[in-house]
Amino acid sequence: MAGLIEGLFMRRLWLAIAICLSCVPASAGALDDAALVDRLTWGRTSQALADIQGQGADRWLKRQLRPPGPTQLPPQAQAQIDGLRISQEPMAQTAVAMDAENRAANKLTDPAARQAAQQAYQKAMGDLKQQAAARSLLRDLYSPNQLQEQMTWFWMNHFNVQADKRDIRAMVGDYEDQAIRPHALGKFRNLLKAADLHPAMLRYLDNDQNAVGHINENYAREILELHTMGVGSGYSQKDVEEMARVLTGIGVSLSPDAPKLKAEQQAFYVRRGLMEFNPARHDFGDKVVLGRQIEGTGLSEFEQTLDALARHPATARHISSKLALYFMGDAPPEVVDRMAAKFQRSDGDIAEVLSVLFKSSAFKASLGKKIKDPVHYAVSAVRLAYDGRPIANTAPLQGWINRLGQGLYNRDTPDGYPLEDTAWSGPGQLTTMFEVARQIGGNSAGLFKPNTAGAEDQPAFPQLQNALFYNTLEKRFSPQTRLALAQARSPAEWNTLFLSSPEFLHR
Amino acid sequence: MHRRDFLSAGLAATAVAVGGRAWSAPATDQRLLVIFLRGGYDAMNVVIPTSSDFYYESRPTIAIARPDPANPNAALPLDSDWSLHPALKDSLYPLWTKKQIAFVPFAGTDDMTRSHFETQDTIELGQPGGGPRNYRSGFMGRLAKELSGGRPIAFTAQPPLAFQGPMSVPNLNITSVSKPGVDDQQAKLIQEMYRGHDLEAAVKEGFSARDKAYAALAGEMVAANRNAISPSGFELAARRVARLMKADYNLAFLDVGGWDTHVNQGGATGVLADRIGQLGRGLAGLAEDLGPNTWPNTTVVVISEFGRTFKENGDRGTDHGHGSVYWALGGSIRGGRLVGEQAPINQAALNESRDLPVLSDYRAMFSSIAQQQHGLRDDQIERIFPNAPRPMSGWRLI
Repeated sequence: MAGLIEGLFMRRLWLAIAICLSCVPASAGALDDAALVDRLTWGRTSQALADIQGQGADRWLKRQLRPPGPTQLPPQAQAQIDGLRISQEPMAQTAVAMDAENRAANKLTDPAARQAAQQAYQKAMGDLKQQAAARSLLRDLYSPNQLQEQMTWFWMNHFNVQADKRDIRAMVGDYEDQAIRPHALGKFRNLLKAADLHPAMLRYLDNDQNAVGHINENYAREILELHTMGVGSGYSQKDVEEMARVLTGIGVSLSPDAPKLKAEQQAFYVRRGLMEFNPARHDFGDKVVLGRQIEGTGLSEFEQTLDALARHPATARHISSKLALYFMGDAPPEVVDRMAAKFQRSDGDIAEVLSVLFKSSAFKASLGKKIKDPVHYAVSAVRLAYDGRPIANTAPLQGWINRLGQGLYNRDTPDGYPLEDTAWSGPGQLTTMFEVARQIGGNSAGLFKPNTAGAEDQPAFPQLQNALFYNTLEKRFSPQTRLALAQARSPAEWNTLFLSSPEFLHR
Repeated sequence: MHRRDFLSAGLAATAVAVGGRAWSAPATDQRLLVIFLRGGYDAMNVVIPTSSDFYYESRPTIAIARPDPANPNAALPLDSDWSLHPALKDSLYPLWTKKQIAFVPFAGTDDMTRSHFETQDTIELGQPGGGPRNYRSGFMGRLAKELSGGRPIAFTAQPPLAFQGPMSVPNLNITSVSKPGVDDQQAKLIQEMYRGHDLEAAVKEGFSARDKAYAALAGEMVAANRNAISPSGFELAARRVARLMKADYNLAFLDVGGWDTHVNQGGATGVLADRIGQLGRGLAGLAEDLGPNTWPNTTVVVISEFGRTFKENGDRGTDHGHGSVYWALGGSIRGGRLVGEQAPINQAALNESRDLPVLSDYRAMFSSIAQQQHGLRDDQIERIFPNAPRPMSGWRLI
């Protein structure tokens, strides 16, 4: 009986809040701002809406494109990041230590001890990957520089690495934090060099095994096809082969010592962190890539080639089309033309290229019509459900994203996850999304239980029927959606239906 | 292929259709499963040209030994020129001796980009080369439309390009089927929210496929709860596919990744051998679970975007190449033979001095199957593969 009365009371309270909040009027401008926020951020929150309304849409957009200062996260979120091993120890040190741990484990002669040590190694490597994902998601959830975080995801996907290959799990956090994120809105050329010389990438595309006399074309092909010009844009098989020769000798070294080199080679040796250019493995013959003569000068051959590729018109077009696809689906060719022209005029300034896209009328007309991919779906649900209250554990969120098929650092192939709407809206994917909606909407699902021994779950429930819903979402809900929501038998079911609705699925 | 061959092929196809399932309505008890090996599998180390000295010269560290009953790591003889990878001894080799599997060497596309992604798209779309691509129309989507009574499904986490088209084809991640948490009432309300929306059909298909899969696999899940030993990986997926195709679907697509072997791919043992062994066990499990009533009406086609370089690279692996070897298996396949035009395997025969030429176009192979298995007419084939090479005389997989 007490339970019934309590249930009725909760229901009354819930309706009362609903009715009260729905009284607040919303202007057309506020609705447009909210739609812009949904597209350029990881999902609307009260704070994000207050920011755009306080600054005005133009100024807000400028600050998103050129973040005025370093990212400030809420203290609880920052404290979680600060406590991670990847924040406290330089990547090179971690990778070397993990390598030593692996070797030591494999040397053990007692089978039980060896197995235990190998499992401990695998767990520690898995933790490093999860820590990278945790840091990334905490920034997605709480950074005020939301566009920078979205672009970080975009470039991580463009320069995809799969972390479970070899020892990349120990490197992927640094790859995101040092090679990708600082350049996410900067010059493409700097981003390209940072990404393509990072040990995580060199490992992933096997270039640490590409040497003079033992050519492996893998990396050369993917740089031309995926990272810069795009397939079918004018390079030949011969260019791939010449590029592979340029790349010889660029690898990864976990050793503190330089290799033994002949006197005439020593001047060409380069070491930057774990990246090593070993002249003894390099083909110093002259090459011709895309009609351009490259003299055999060592690592500078690669730097020259990347400069040329970054400035190639095909690269401007390839990158512009991908940005347009990610941010608005099919952009009209004239918008992509203008973006590509800006790319070339601004020497690949990513923020300026994006600015052209965001100011186009086609972009404005597309707001609210793009399907969320899994990361966007899950992150935006958590942002809305807890509206700025920092979660204590990202593991459930990582689990949902994995289940939806877009797990961080999990894409096997170097093309990255597809960006097209149709890749995420198949019948099977929608059904899985509804299942995930039920999990996110049902309860806090461990989001507020810190990932430490003996930690207690803090009370929390996803509050999706909040002011944001009544002020900015409900107005645009279809009559069918409202009718379905009205038939919910509990707040958890209401949440499930809301997160399953076509309106929430789009941004 | 020459134009003359296309013309004679057209006549041959007509004769086949008249003599076989003459112009009848497409047979919907027939099942077709397409398996796409993504990553460009190294065909030359699976269906192996063991009569070629050039093969052994080209692959000093990764070649598979010539047939030798005394050597468990030796290849298994197929005919005087070709042999099979030893990892397939207990799975696919028995199908070969039963004449239920055929191999098509020198198979592939006219796409020369050697890009995984580009060439996979080329195959899945099945559109004429050179022109603009329509990413909303895949060849299996068009095939589904031509088959009256076609019940298509993609057993993939993401909807494949192959099934793009006017029909809303369900996709089901076959590796992760679990008991639904969204109940019938919630499913009904969710479908109401999507009434009139672009995604209405997809939402409906999703719930329907979910319920069918759960019903078909409930037995497996009960067995798993009783600690029965169940297969894992591809074999589990393939056996699940068999149960669903037996019960509900007759046109299906499945993909298997992990074939991009640039480094240390191994020979008789190693990475590729493990992968191919698991693929073989899965296919044998599929045949077994489809059973004696359904297997004779089933055709399974195994394809990949391209073959790899004929010579091994500096890292005991292989790089992106061109011609591949495709497989067709099933209870009524005219198997136990290699099908299609062949060329000698030597340096002079290589395409661009690096990989196998393509002598059998994948569209010709699928056209042949669609005609013989489903009794499709030439005009229907033309709609599925516009302006494509047609099967040459002598082609008959079923």
